[in-house]
Amino acid sequence: MIIAERKPFNEIMEMVRDAKRILVLGCRGCVTICSAGGEREVEILASLIRLGKQKAGQPVETIEATLVRQCDKEYIDSIDQWDGQYDAIVSMACGVGVNFIANLRPMAKVYPGVNTSSFGGSAEQGVWSEQCAGCGNCILHLTGGLCPVARCAKSLFNGPCGGSVDGRCEIHKDVPCIWQSIHDKMVRTDNADGLAVIAPIRDWSTSGHGGPRKTIRPDLTV
Amino acid sequence: MPFIPNIQAFCCHYTSQQTLAEGPEGLLADGFPKNVTIHRLVCTGKLEVSTLLKAFEDGADGVYVAGCPVDQCHNLMGSQRAAKRVGAIKKALTELGVEPERIEMYHLERGFHPEFVKVAQEMHERITTLGPSPFQGGTK
Repeated sequence: MIIAERKPFNEIMEMVRDAKRILVLGCRGCVTICSAGGEREVEILASLIRLGKQKAGQPVETIEATLVRQCDKEYIDSIDQWDGQYDAIVSMACGVGVNFIANLRPMAKVYPGVNTSSFGGSAEQGVWSEQCAGCGNCILHLTGGLCPVARCAKSLFNGPCGGSVDGRCEIHKDVPCIWQSIHDKMVRTDNADGLAVIAPIRDWSTSGHGGPRKTIRPDLTV
Repeated sequence: MPFIPNIQAFCCHYTSQQTLAEGPEGLLADGFPKNVTIHRLVCTGKLEVSTLLKAFEDGADGVYVAGCPVDQCHNLMGSQRAAKRVGAIKKALTELGVEPERIEMYHLERGFHPEFVKVAQEMHERITTLGPSPFQGGTK
């Protein structure tokens, strides 16, 4: 899922400084799962905005809503039901949602309520860790299913850098050296020979270095 | 006219048994401040952050939560979860430029104990010293 975290409250308040009617818009997708921008977080942020405005002696009205997703036009269309009822939208979806609203509703003032950080998973309750960099050319079949692009601090392709100690990355002892994990996994699964294969120089154009990426599926386009 | 703070207390079933045993009059006779409103819950772990924020929106000058001892919650981790949520609101109040002491978590022995009255008096004194909430009664 896409991992996000609510922005510092004062940053959000600065964005909506001049707004008197605010639509706080959550998303039932990834940001609900990582407790950053779902229905519950919408309720909390709207309450904080009201309290912040009350403290400043500024009148405010909030509308609280949560869309099924903010990354599909069909769901964005549903915000039209609040047309004329808000001065600004604070989207609590990932950056995709904010962009989609900005794309599809050119006149709307839309602000991000969260910082979008990574593609990851829930390591334990309240802890999320990055697992995938979305680089567009997956090599997990060569690395025991463990990603050196996302999980190696240097995104190395041909083994560890030499700075790891006791299986821990040199950037921080809490970070496992993913190349140690890859080595252990490959050995454990009788695939140690695969470690000797040298990965060629990589074409990073699929990773956004060739500009914004677009995926087109002719079999699905209408 | 002296400031009498509006204090909202969210207490679990087990820590607030005194309210059942003594009733409102008995509590007042024990010194429980009249301006503290008790909301009884099955468990403080059920409390939502938004419920506590709403109390401030509705005019509370101070809010506190009374749950079981940290490692002896009737529902295992309910009071620990409540303490985390109170911590989140302390952080939010700080971000809002409001004293985080306006909300507090208390872990009390379950059953009939004088601490139940004592923490109410403590919050009453604390909030009286802090003064009225900087949040003005507002509209949604």
